[in-house]
Amino acid sequence: MDYFIELFFSGLTRGSIYALIALGYTMVYGIIGLINFAHGEIYMIGAFTSFIVATVLSIYGFPLLAIVIIAGIAAVVWSSSYGFTIEKIAYKPLRHAPRLSPLISAIGMSIFLQNYVLLAQTSDFLPFPTLIPDFPFMEPIAHIVGSTDLMILVTTVVVMIALTFVIKFTKIGKAMRATAQDRTMATLVGINVNNVISATFIVGSALAAVGGLLIASHIGQINFYIGFLAGIKAFTAAVLGGIGSIPGAVLGSLILGLTESFATGYVSSDYEDVFAFMLLVLILIFKPSGLLGKATNQKV
Amino acid sequence: MTKQPILNVHGLTMDFGGIRALNSLDLEVNSGEIVALIGPNGAGKTTFFNCITGIYKPTAGDIWLTNPKTTKKNSLKGLKPNQVTEKGLARTFQNIRLFPKMTVLENVMIGRHCRTKAFIFGAIFRNAATRREEQSILEISYAILEKVGLERFADEFADNLPYGDQRRLEIARALATEPLLLLLDEPAAGMNPQETAALDQLIKQISREGQAILLIEHDMKLVMSLSDQIFVMDYGKKIAQGTPTEIRENPAVIKAYLGEEVDA
Amino acid sequence: MFSLKELKKGLLTSLWFVFLTFPIVVIKVDPIARTVVWRWENVAYMAIGTFLVYFLVRFIQYRRENRPKPAAAREKTGSIVHRILQNPTQRVFLVAVVATIAVFFPHVLSSYQTNVMTTALMYVVLGLGLNIVVGMAGLLDLGFVAFYAVGAYTYSLLNLHYGLGFWTILPVGGLMAAFFGVMLGFPVLRLRGDYLAIVTLGFGEIIRLILENWGEFSKGPSGISNISRPSFFGIELGLEQSIIYTYYLMVIFVVITIFIVNRLQDSRLGRAWIALREDEIACQAMGIDKRKTKLVAFSLGAFWAGIMGVMFAAKTTFVNPSSFTFLESAIILAIVVLGGMGSIIGVIFGALILILMPEYLRALSEYRMLAFGGILVCMMVFRPQGLISNIRRTYTFEKKLPKN
Repeated sequence: MDYFIELFFSGLTRGSIYALIALGYTMVYGIIGLINFAHGEIYMIGAFTSFIVATVLSIYGFPLLAIVIIAGIAAVVWSSSYGFTIEKIAYKPLRHAPRLSPLISAIGMSIFLQNYVLLAQTSDFLPFPTLIPDFPFMEPIAHIVGSTDLMILVTTVVVMIALTFVIKFTKIGKAMRATAQDRTMATLVGINVNNVISATFIVGSALAAVGGLLIASHIGQINFYIGFLAGIKAFTAAVLGGIGSIPGAVLGSLILGLTESFATGYVSSDYEDVFAFMLLVLILIFKPSGLLGKATNQKV
Repeated sequence: MTKQPILNVHGLTMDFGGIRALNSLDLEVNSGEIVALIGPNGAGKTTFFNCITGIYKPTAGDIWLTNPKTTKKNSLKGLKPNQVTEKGLARTFQNIRLFPKMTVLENVMIGRHCRTKAFIFGAIFRNAATRREEQSILEISYAILEKVGLERFADEFADNLPYGDQRRLEIARALATEPLLLLLDEPAAGMNPQETAALDQLIKQISREGQAILLIEHDMKLVMSLSDQIFVMDYGKKIAQGTPTEIRENPAVIKAYLGEEVDA
Repeated sequence: MFSLKELKKGLLTSLWFVFLTFPIVVIKVDPIARTVVWRWENVAYMAIGTFLVYFLVRFIQYRRENRPKPAAAREKTGSIVHRILQNPTQRVFLVAVVATIAVFFPHVLSSYQTNVMTTALMYVVLGLGLNIVVGMAGLLDLGFVAFYAVGAYTYSLLNLHYGLGFWTILPVGGLMAAFFGVMLGFPVLRLRGDYLAIVTLGFGEIIRLILENWGEFSKGPSGISNISRPSFFGIELGLEQSIIYTYYLMVIFVVITIFIVNRLQDSRLGRAWIALREDEIACQAMGIDKRKTKLVAFSLGAFWAGIMGVMFAAKTTFVNPSSFTFLESAIILAIVVLGGMGSIIGVIFGALILILMPEYLRALSEYRMLAFGGILVCMMVFRPQGLISNIRRTYTFEKKLPKN
């Protein structure tokens, strides 16, 4: 039973991280209909930025709490800046281009960013500093749920609530929803669509950065290539839930996280990534609109 | 020439979720006729086209297409769009859907696709049969371009054509599939009076050659000038049917177009 | 153009990029030795670099906006390459020059150079294969490398277990890949373009992961070695001769591929592919079977990848799963995009530039993948039609149809 609960929590943890990344995919897709292939790289850059900042601060002897806060803020600030800039460079000029052009551009951006980090930093795996201490109150159940798992779950829940609030009640959130439904109409009622798109990229990237920081401290090591797999899996989760739907992205992520956790725990860990890819292929073939997505009919 | 039915539609019904876009519609087109389908915006005219051409799957109803020469009757129900075209129903689109980065001639040549056969083998080895077929595609396509008066643009990209000519090219492309019945979805939409007049001439000319035509159109002058039969739709139902003169005087039609308060 | 306002914008842009790249480009930490290196010189490089790039981009935009617009005429005459190819004498001359170079290449240059050229030629064929799928039919296939892997492993395994030779397996490898293409294509080809791209990517990764993990079948990550090289009418060749022989084989393959792809493009099938790329619904309404047409394009592309997979295994005599990563698919895609989607000559140029340039400019080879990524973005933004855009064939038959 303990093993089951352990797997369950590890699945929830994974799922939460996927959710943080998947939200970025789903929000961008909802607004401009683009699979932002470089989103995984934003997450990787978030992880790298927090790694660099945290290591520098710890070398200079900052206290742990300060390190966590500053590294977290740095990750969010830089990831958002990257997200913002990427949209301006690689997607904005292609807003009226054929559908596949921005996707190819996104793939190019993804490869570019991977190799940019590879060249500027290193191709080796880097040990990520321990940012989350083992909480004493977690001791009795530490063999089932670790302190980092707890932190990840708590942070994810807090971030989700904040995001829901932003989207439901703030002005920019309403503008985002309006733009997602009908971009032309949104322009007509005076919404600056360019700003909305930028805001979406910034918010999505910030979430990915939080995900990057959390997973890096969970797994304990990072390299330039972590974005690719995490990106694909988060995308799988977004599609599973119904791309464009925010609750769908969360639901899909949790299902994917749990599936992977149980599959690796009870079946085999060799094929861990194959499960995710299989799931992706199967959903897209059989239910491309996902669990909570709407099927769209093309107008003739 | 005796009139034989080409298209028979019985009880065609189409639901989108809870909304009934087409409600048990009956319609027939005879050989050599020009039939117009009119009605206010949102009456379900284009939905009707999409249902009979296989783009939508109708909820209920039957669609029969008869070849007047062989009197062979085919059901179009449940066929894919390309199979419908193969059986002999070709259409144009309300919002022009040409192949913009292909030449005008190539656009028409695409229409010959379903009447020709060459495949991988033929393409690679270019045997005698394939060469003959290619030549026939070229000649027929060019002849159709001449018919609609676009031969001087043959090597232009389709999206470089003026608007009215793009509409003519759509008609040419549909004609290249040798349809038993040609469906035109608002062919005069967006045209200026001169272009509309030229279109009127073109449709009459095609019709004189024996081509049966079913068209959706808002330009009443054009409809009255062309049609042998008019069907009027409103809210997914047929509300009237008859010759242009009959339709002009039908109170139900006037009500549908102008609203309740007008007494006929 | 060089107004004060522009200058200010340029400065701000470069400042922004200095900020953006600061943590990753300037700071380098060693978490084990606990040291920090501040690479301040990179700030200067980044600032000057972005400033120059900004003005380069502005210059390109400026020229584009202020260019007189004889667009139609330009499209028709095409680039200089097209003009040469349209002129019969110049075409014969060009073909003769290329043929001479191709024939004497291995005798003039070292076997290392020959080997590099063979690789480049393989990418030409792979690019032309993918060009059928992406360029002509408009199906973005991100798992192209999976079919390449199928070909390579078909040969490697059959050679390992049954000792079957290159020439026997060559068609088998191609057909096997085409079969995989059909199996994958059948369910996925009804998907919308961007979903198709992701599914094919997923499929490519599944194939690679299976090859990596199913050790009993594929020998896992360590791969299969000692695969036979292509034999010459049953005669085993020495290493040196074999390199030259493989080179000539590739030249022949390239010629055959160009011939076939060219004919496909000008056929009923090729027209249907291009129409499908332009507008699927109109295409179906014209009586083209969407599914069948796509499936043929997909499996033909896969067939070429399979053939090249066999060639790859035979050339390197060693295969392992790490040769078939997503990046490989991305490189082939970059070739097609750089050259010009749908353009045969463009793809040839694309492959030669992208594969040979990093080989000969060693200093650049480190930046190879960075450049590939950058190329994909820049081509989409600045020149989506590629270096050498495809021009549609025009048909002349005034003789055939005299006006009255």
